[in-house]
Amino acid sequence: MIEAKNLTKRYGDKVAVKDLSFTVGPGKVTGFLGPNGAGKSTTMRLILGLDHPDRGTATIDGKRYRELTTPLAAVGALLEAKAVHPGRTAYNHLLCLAQSQGISKKRIYEVLDLVGLSEVAHKRAGGFSLGMGQRLGLAAALLGDPAVLVLDEPVNGLDPEGILWIRTFMRQLAAEGRTVFVSSHLMNEMAVTAEHLIIIGRGSLIADCPTQEFIEQGKKQTVLVRSPNAGELAAAITRAGGAVTRNDDNELSVEDMDATRIGEIASAGGHVLHEVVPQRGTLEEAFMALTRESVEYAGTGSTREADAPKSGGGAE
Amino acid sequence: MTATAARPTASTVASRASFGGLLHSEWTKLRSVRSTGWSLGLLALLYPSFTALLVGLTVANWDQTAASDRSLIASDPTAVILGSGFLISQPAICVLGVMVIASEYSTGMIRASLLAKPRRLSMLAAKGAVLSLVVLAVSLVAAFVSFFIGAAMLSEKVAASLGDPGALRAVVGTGLYLAMLSLFSLAIGAIVRRTAAGITSVIMFVLVLAPLVQLLPGKFGEYAHAYLPTEAGLLIGQAIQHEGDLLTPWQGFGVFGLWTAALLVLAAFLLNRRDA
Repeated sequence: MIEAKNLTKRYGDKVAVKDLSFTVGPGKVTGFLGPNGAGKSTTMRLILGLDHPDRGTATIDGKRYRELTTPLAAVGALLEAKAVHPGRTAYNHLLCLAQSQGISKKRIYEVLDLVGLSEVAHKRAGGFSLGMGQRLGLAAALLGDPAVLVLDEPVNGLDPEGILWIRTFMRQLAAEGRTVFVSSHLMNEMAVTAEHLIIIGRGSLIADCPTQEFIEQGKKQTVLVRSPNAGELAAAITRAGGAVTRNDDNELSVEDMDATRIGEIASAGGHVLHEVVPQRGTLEEAFMALTRESVEYAGTGSTREADAPKSGGGAE
Repeated sequence: MTATAARPTASTVASRASFGGLLHSEWTKLRSVRSTGWSLGLLALLYPSFTALLVGLTVANWDQTAASDRSLIASDPTAVILGSGFLISQPAICVLGVMVIASEYSTGMIRASLLAKPRRLSMLAAKGAVLSLVVLAVSLVAAFVSFFIGAAMLSEKVAASLGDPGALRAVVGTGLYLAMLSLFSLAIGAIVRRTAAGITSVIMFVLVLAPLVQLLPGKFGEYAHAYLPTEAGLLIGQAIQHEGDLLTPWQGFGVFGLWTAALLVLAAFLLNRRDA
């Protein structure tokens, strides 16, 4: 179990993580979502004792990372693709990590086999592709057979087959009873991988809920209505309990009411309808809206477009 | 490729923490990158070759050498033999010492290292121990080989042997000096955390700045120079304390050791305090 309590971290003037508290439980994949620059990597580095929090604590099964005597047996971490000396072979990279806590050489071959790198075990890591680098990082994370896994953007740079492989793999690790904490800036990726979501924006917690719950929210319907009598129609819909946003002179967005009911209201009032289009928001849009709202709610100033999630690759 | 269960087969994962494990780990790191072989190979090659070259020149020019210089050479042939080779080959050790830690930062390896060894001071201690012992071993071999080559070449003009007063200590001393230099460079590398900046600053200091302090006028220059880390440390490579040396060979080496210890303390303090 991972526990973050009031984590706060500043880099100079910039607050990377602000009073962040959450718990990550065992037996499921927990997605850690946020736009690029939201503080996901920083939070993970704080959990792993690489960076020091200005305030708050992060513990793994009740202990700070630095207090773990054989950390690799407790926590496996994948931080970035190439946290590896390019001149060292995959085998030697794992060997120097294993030796530090008395893990056997046999286990090195086991994890290499597990991630599919056996054939290049004695090749220098500098020649590895991004995907192979991720696999090597994952092998290092699994060396000590840890009960907790912390993975930062593991699908980055992987081809579709690799993404599928890692997704299945993470679920399997969770099914074995492990705590799997995985970050991503891609909502859609997390929707199919994680059972629980922790969403942050600008270093603060936005949501901490089961993925299913978030998806339900994301599916909230909006109906686009075009009518020459938009003004009167809007009043009628509002009276009947719908939430109306006026887009322009003859276009409305209606929430909390389905298209059938809108049609009935229009007919009853004698309003001409040009178009009634139910729109299903994507998860990605719901995620964007959520992170945007939180920023506005926090009153930290304007919402910068640069903070919005991008659907492309690129780690933070 | 299918995802198979990550569970290890029985008893492959029996982890335990020990300083021996850390030493093992650092030894693997050191031997598994090319820069180590290059640096130590260069040292082993350059030290005896430059000894042969410079002692050869001394012998060849013996007839044109002033009588005062001849007697200076005769008074401490050990220093002449050793001094020619290892001064020139010491940058190899500076590079190795800095690289051992700074390359971990430049490649990102430091994060993998610290995840496996969150007790950072133990990691630094293990690194320093492995590095200095390996450098000491290679340097001692190079020093003895150089001494025998040099002594043989110089024998027709001046007799030099390990039995001379202070000679054995001087030969072993150059090994100790280079081992200390590797720790000195390791400390700088850990403080600077950048390979290029670290290597440049150590080499500039050792080869250029420190010797230049000699040129400062008066007593100040004399004392400042005598107590500089590497300049003081070099005295261990002489068989006897020369006229004008403010420190004995062992005192000089002690001064170098204190400087290095101070830098290592600073490096350890920063390593513990800074974000990785």
